[in-house]
Amino acid sequence: MPSIKIPTPLRPYTEGKQIISIEGETVGEALSFLLSLHPELKEHFYKEDGQLSRFANIFLGNKHIITLQDLETPLLEEDILRIIPSIAGGIDL
Amino acid sequence: MLKIPQNLLDQIHQHLEETYPEEGVGFLLGMDGEPRVVTEILIVPNAREKEERHHRYDVAPQDIIDADETAEKKGLSIIGVFHSHPEHPDKPSEFDRERAHSFFSYIITSVEKGKSVSSRSWRLLEDRSKFIEEEIEIK
Repeated sequence: MPSIKIPTPLRPYTEGKQIISIEGETVGEALSFLLSLHPELKEHFYKEDGQLSRFANIFLGNKHIITLQDLETPLLEEDILRIIPSIAGGIDL
Repeated sequence: MLKIPQNLLDQIHQHLEETYPEEGVGFLLGMDGEPRVVTEILIVPNAREKEERHHRYDVAPQDIIDADETAEKKGLSIIGVFHSHPEHPDKPSEFDRERAHSFFSYIITSVEKGKSVSSRSWRLLEDRSKFIEEEIEIK
């Protein structure tokens, strides 16, 4: 079964879980499954229209899913996904 | 409240002076809770293109993954991010707000003429409407 590794700052929203086994044949299905288990994650990484926010980077192994087939990327049994919050900012000139 | 030892705040200030006039950035590692306690910092490169670094910072995803692995191995969490505002106040910008996460503490340091002059910590409200200042206790 594929799994999602939860980064340390998001574990308060997953009851402290580090790795969560997920059901789903694609990245999109896996993320939907994750949200059904832990809906608090939704406000941090999804827009109101249900689309993934640009402030969440989803990695399969060491590859960003946008370099694969994005949410349609198929998952294998041993695959591990990661949610990586984007970290950026700066002054207004 | 955010607790941070003086020596770590000094390390942050030193790094942000070294990156001046560009923005510098790094992670706050420690324990979540009330208060949040910073026990380590982790400096990371500013991943923005060089001509933008005087007013922008970005962290490469692999550096975020590596920092998270480091935190996990030590039984810690990434609890925040620090960055500098060269020649600008230690307050979040609108650009900072748009890109922030409510689960992080954000230490912002004002660097004037190459010297770190002040730092404040900020938390984004859950509804993302604005930052509120977070008290810093220096141990």
